[in-house]
Amino acid sequence: MKPFEYLRARDAAGAVAAVTGHPGASFLGGGTNLVDHMKLGITAPDLLIDIARLPLDDIEELADGSVRIGATVRNSDLAAHRLIRERHRVLSEALLAGASGQLRNMATTGGNLLQRTRCTYFQDLGTPCNKREPGSGCSALEGVNRDHAVLGASASCVAVHPSDMAVALAALDARVVVLGPDGERSMQLTEFHRLPGDAPERDTVLEHGELITALELPARPGALSAYRKVRDRASYAFALVSVAAVLELDQDGTIREVRLALGGVAHKPWRATLAESLLRGTQPSEENFREAAQAELRSASALRDNAFKIPMARNTMVAVLRDLSGR
Amino acid sequence: MDARITLKVDGAPRTLTVDTRTTLLDALRDGLDVTSPKKGCDHGQCGSCTVLLEGRRVTSCLLLAVAEDGSEITTAQGLGGDDELHPVQQAFLKHDGFQCGFCTPGQVCSAVGMFQEAVQGHPSHVTVGSGEGVELSDEEIRERMSGNLCRCGAYVNIVAAIREVASNTVPGTGAES
Repeated sequence: MKPFEYLRARDAAGAVAAVTGHPGASFLGGGTNLVDHMKLGITAPDLLIDIARLPLDDIEELADGSVRIGATVRNSDLAAHRLIRERHRVLSEALLAGASGQLRNMATTGGNLLQRTRCTYFQDLGTPCNKREPGSGCSALEGVNRDHAVLGASASCVAVHPSDMAVALAALDARVVVLGPDGERSMQLTEFHRLPGDAPERDTVLEHGELITALELPARPGALSAYRKVRDRASYAFALVSVAAVLELDQDGTIREVRLALGGVAHKPWRATLAESLLRGTQPSEENFREAAQAELRSASALRDNAFKIPMARNTMVAVLRDLSGR
Repeated sequence: MDARITLKVDGAPRTLTVDTRTTLLDALRDGLDVTSPKKGCDHGQCGSCTVLLEGRRVTSCLLLAVAEDGSEITTAQGLGGDDELHPVQQAFLKHDGFQCGFCTPGQVCSAVGMFQEAVQGHPSHVTVGSGEGVELSDEEIRERMSGNLCRCGAYVNIVAAIREVASNTVPGTGAES
């Protein structure tokens, strides 16, 4: 590991100023991904600004019924919180489907969004990787790519985003609140992460020095939600495919609103907007679910080892919608 | 770059100088000679370095010691008294919950932290929707302990040991946070 200076931030504005003015600086949250990457040599900041103890650890209900989550709330506390379990169950389920008890106690909300792909080539300094070293090539394109993307990939990068939490947030229409040197801005979570295109080294739209301070979840009274994750082990494994779904039914059972997001299939949480538009206003049925899922996946394309993800994504979407509409 | 830090380890304040790159695990083992937390994978994947940080279970290999200046840390060797083992340690002996023993201090700390989470009503992947108190069934124990690997494969006896202590420690109901 390269030597670095460590400073504990006193407030968010000071942390932003410290990182903005220092090209080699990085924020340190729970450290579960960053410290590991420093050990591996994937990244080598020369200054760490520790923001883990900033007072951004509240979960509060706002006047309009939305929920604001501070960026340093730990994943375990977020998953256990009454407001989240009662109103945004998909988020609790997604958090608890990720990592281990120890890691959830350490990882922050903001850091979870910023965790990087677990593509083995990205983590292996001995192999080319456009995300780690732009222009060096993508080893996964012709390599072992069972875990890789089937949607929205490019010739530069076929990695997938590893977060479960972010998939739930995409389905919840969450907003990300960011503090930068010029003040605060916010954006939809679905616009926070990027598709790889020809710049896979950029996972998100954040500029250097911008700090995530909070997430906002709009109120969805009466919505049902669920997260389903398919993985190689029953626990403590990344998703092969996951689906977050939020469903609102009219009194006669018609689908008034549906929001679907897929994990494990793309460089960012994949909002299945085509499937959503086909389902809105229809009756819940296995046939309708299947047709919508199939339509969404028509643009999917498989690599050598991951063709199974396409039917798996379809079946998981159908299963989650069937379970939710039967509740 | 060096930093002077103080950690409260197993009840006693300990001051030492660390390079900022030093993990909490290395500070405990190499700096303070507290060797019950073990270095397995050193990447947060195996759980053998698990300690309690301010009472919560964490993997000490992914924490920077300098960032924990002032924190209270409990390791497996600080759980019991001088002459008596912690009930979880006793149960691991009784149920033969290990073979080589390398993962055991991490397993024990993780179980103690996990009991506290259950008492506080924290849900798990198994029980997320219930909203009820937590009863630590075998399925629950396996899910909640999945961050601790045992290469000897002593899982069956580890679950039995934890289940026995859970039945005395974790009531069938718990307050939600």
